[in-house]
Amino acid sequence: MGETFKPSRRAFLRGSAAMAAGSVAGAAAANGPDPLITELQDWASYTGAGVDETPYGMPISYESHVVRRNVEWLTASPISSINFTPIHALDGTITPQGCAFERHHSGAIELRKEDYRLMINGLVDTPLVFTYEDIERFPRENHVYFCECAANTGMEWAGAQLNGVQFTHGMIHNMEYTGVPLRTLLNEAGADISPDKWVYVEGADASSNGRSIPMEKALDDVLVAFKANGEALRMEHGYPVRLVVPGWEGNMWVKWLRRIEITDRAVESREETSKYTDVYEDGTARKWTWVMDAKSVITSPSPQMPIKHGKGPLVISGLAWSGHGQITRVDVSKDGGITWETARLGKQGDTKALTRFYLDTAWDGAPMLLQARAMDDTGYVQPTKDQLREQRGENAVYHNNCIQTWYVNAEGIAENVEVS
Amino acid sequence: MSKSPNYLLPTLGGIGIMLGLAYGVNTRSYKAEEAELAMAQAEAAQERAEQQLAANTELQAQIEAVQSEATARIAELEARPVSMSLTAPAPAVDAKFGLGREAHAEEIAAWDVDVLPDGRGLPEGAGDVYTGEEVFYNKCASCHGDFAEGVDNWPVLAGGFDTLADEDPVKTVGSYWPYLSTVWDYVNRSMPFGEAGTLTADETYAIVAYILYSNDLVDDEFELSNENFTEVEMYNAEGFVIDDRPELEYSAWRAEPCMENCKDEVEVTMRSVFLVETPPEGGSESVMNHATVEGLPSFTADGPSFIPEAAAKPVEEASAETVVEDVAAVDNGSELIEAGEKVFKKCKACHEVGDGAKNKSGPHLNDIVGRSIGSADGFNYSKVFKTALDEGRVWDEASLAEFLAQPKAVMKGTKMAFSGLKKDEDLEAITAYLKTFGG
Repeated sequence: MGETFKPSRRAFLRGSAAMAAGSVAGAAAANGPDPLITELQDWASYTGAGVDETPYGMPISYESHVVRRNVEWLTASPISSINFTPIHALDGTITPQGCAFERHHSGAIELRKEDYRLMINGLVDTPLVFTYEDIERFPRENHVYFCECAANTGMEWAGAQLNGVQFTHGMIHNMEYTGVPLRTLLNEAGADISPDKWVYVEGADASSNGRSIPMEKALDDVLVAFKANGEALRMEHGYPVRLVVPGWEGNMWVKWLRRIEITDRAVESREETSKYTDVYEDGTARKWTWVMDAKSVITSPSPQMPIKHGKGPLVISGLAWSGHGQITRVDVSKDGGITWETARLGKQGDTKALTRFYLDTAWDGAPMLLQARAMDDTGYVQPTKDQLREQRGENAVYHNNCIQTWYVNAEGIAENVEVS
Repeated sequence: MSKSPNYLLPTLGGIGIMLGLAYGVNTRSYKAEEAELAMAQAEAAQERAEQQLAANTELQAQIEAVQSEATARIAELEARPVSMSLTAPAPAVDAKFGLGREAHAEEIAAWDVDVLPDGRGLPEGAGDVYTGEEVFYNKCASCHGDFAEGVDNWPVLAGGFDTLADEDPVKTVGSYWPYLSTVWDYVNRSMPFGEAGTLTADETYAIVAYILYSNDLVDDEFELSNENFTEVEMYNAEGFVIDDRPELEYSAWRAEPCMENCKDEVEVTMRSVFLVETPPEGGSESVMNHATVEGLPSFTADGPSFIPEAAAKPVEEASAETVVEDVAAVDNGSELIEAGEKVFKKCKACHEVGDGAKNKSGPHLNDIVGRSIGSADGFNYSKVFKTALDEGRVWDEASLAEFLAQPKAVMKGTKMAFSGLKKDEDLEAITAYLKTFGG
């Protein structure tokens, strides 16, 4: 293996000097020629890294701040915890696996393909055991889907809490999955697929994270996936096999999938009773709140992405998604919801996948209250925080799909705020 | 060979490309167009070929074969329904693929351990509150507290009654969980944290009995078993309704939204409680935000009411400079250390090591070899450790290995739930690994 390319100390010092000179040059650029252009640069003269140095590439060191981050005080232990996708720094729609958020209940396990077994039992003609190789022999499909933790934006119910879109909205990722439709495996075992039956799924890790899926959904679009974005799933996303439950809360996307059981009722596991249920204002709780409703957020400008360029052309960019189907429209407001402009969708949204939107605008240097509001193909309009609270109170924890507000001041700094 | 066949090759290649196009398109209009084009090209090619190679019957036959294939493929495409695309989901078949093998009864018994609300799935067994208290103290209390009250951020299991409508509801087994089966199932399969799947059925019954007792659901004489399991009534059994967003929300929120003059005036009512710093080494630091809403403009359709003067300098993003540290290669029994790192997975639910290691539900383990027993600052040790500290005892490799082999036998009354490392090589490896963190 070749060594990782690292700048030498001399190169590093030169780099610093160049940066200092660069900032001067930046200010002087209008007045004189730019030395980055007029002077021969090291990278234009010396040779770079060879093809044998990086068998599997990581982002260049200058992007090393674009990483998943956790908030330590949120949970008792990082082994049963969550981290956040750096959505502020990404564009397009596909989330690279290496920075896609992680949520584990007993840590990410290392499970070899050779040791992988998937059992189907319960109300089936023949209980079956599959190896990993078996799974790859069934006809497979490719689909792009978002996976959002039910608790995404959950800290914000009681007010603006965390200053950064990575932390308010980063429990989401969007990948192209390759997998076998769950219905194919159910058919193989001769499962009872009558509509009042349930499909209970669990993982091979210590938490097992069992969840019950109603038969209608199981037969619809659920995938038993083994690839994401073209390559094997990462350990932290359930290598070698995970469940993909499009549009539904991430907790149901069981990782390290080891067992599928057909049952005549919901199991009412820990993850579908004591957790992932939504307590409303009067103390009653909603269960089986599976679907992730339409939601959007501006990723730039945002607290981690201040406007640094001053007045003039500004790209306002963000993400929208809906667990019910396609995003059909996103509106953007610069004045806290008084006036709305319809944004441009990067491309027609895939069903139950992230859609990128842009508002190509000009900034006059005045403060803004930036908001985005998504609509999906059911006609549903993303609600305000007040609308949600009026319905549910402040203790629901999960399924907060409210309109987010960033206050952008005259210097271009953005802050997480709430508005009247 | 004559010159002619070489001359012909590009033409054949051209036909091949056209066939490829005709075969690969996705929609009928595109497809029909391409098909026509392919047909025309094939015909033209044949015409040219006929002129140029009239004498070469063998090649003529090849061309005819290609054209006949083209015709057949085009006919096949034409025969497809208008809506048909070459994109298709994985075929739904009623027939079996014959993959996988039948599961053995023992395999199903090993993995199918879920317990349903009506008690199906429970194994035979029993455990009483007294036994449960002891098992809980040994295996659960380090995280959940002696009285199931929860340590640090670990889940509170008892109390919280009548708080579900409060500002901060306390959701415990007693106050919130609707089914007892869920408690049994979860404890049995996923607890203790870091040693899942090691409890016996009787231990699980006993722990669940103790949790019920902690929640005043049963008295201290109570014994829980598969016989009386479904007789226990949970406080919040009726506290759940099935998702009613469709009725309560969707009906109202599927409406054309307002675009102009949607509000008269907008004010900032709250600013972020925490500013979140994102250091280059990873993670995040939350810092209280002391800024107030005073001094911020309100907004109308005409824009902000005023433009505040610059208050503070913009926070610089992480610099592009990367400080490269020279990490000295460590090569002292690295295989053993690596093995030790793996063994440490059994410990890290409760213990931290390395830079910035803190006490969790167990003390940090930096400098553990050579450290006085029970001496991690700020950790609330059990009595046996406090006594050891008073006696001036110090961890060395031997005493550490002895303890880790049988924690509860060596340090009677320890809160450490871990049952012990059975293999000598694991003990050796963990010691080597821990020594890399000082000591």
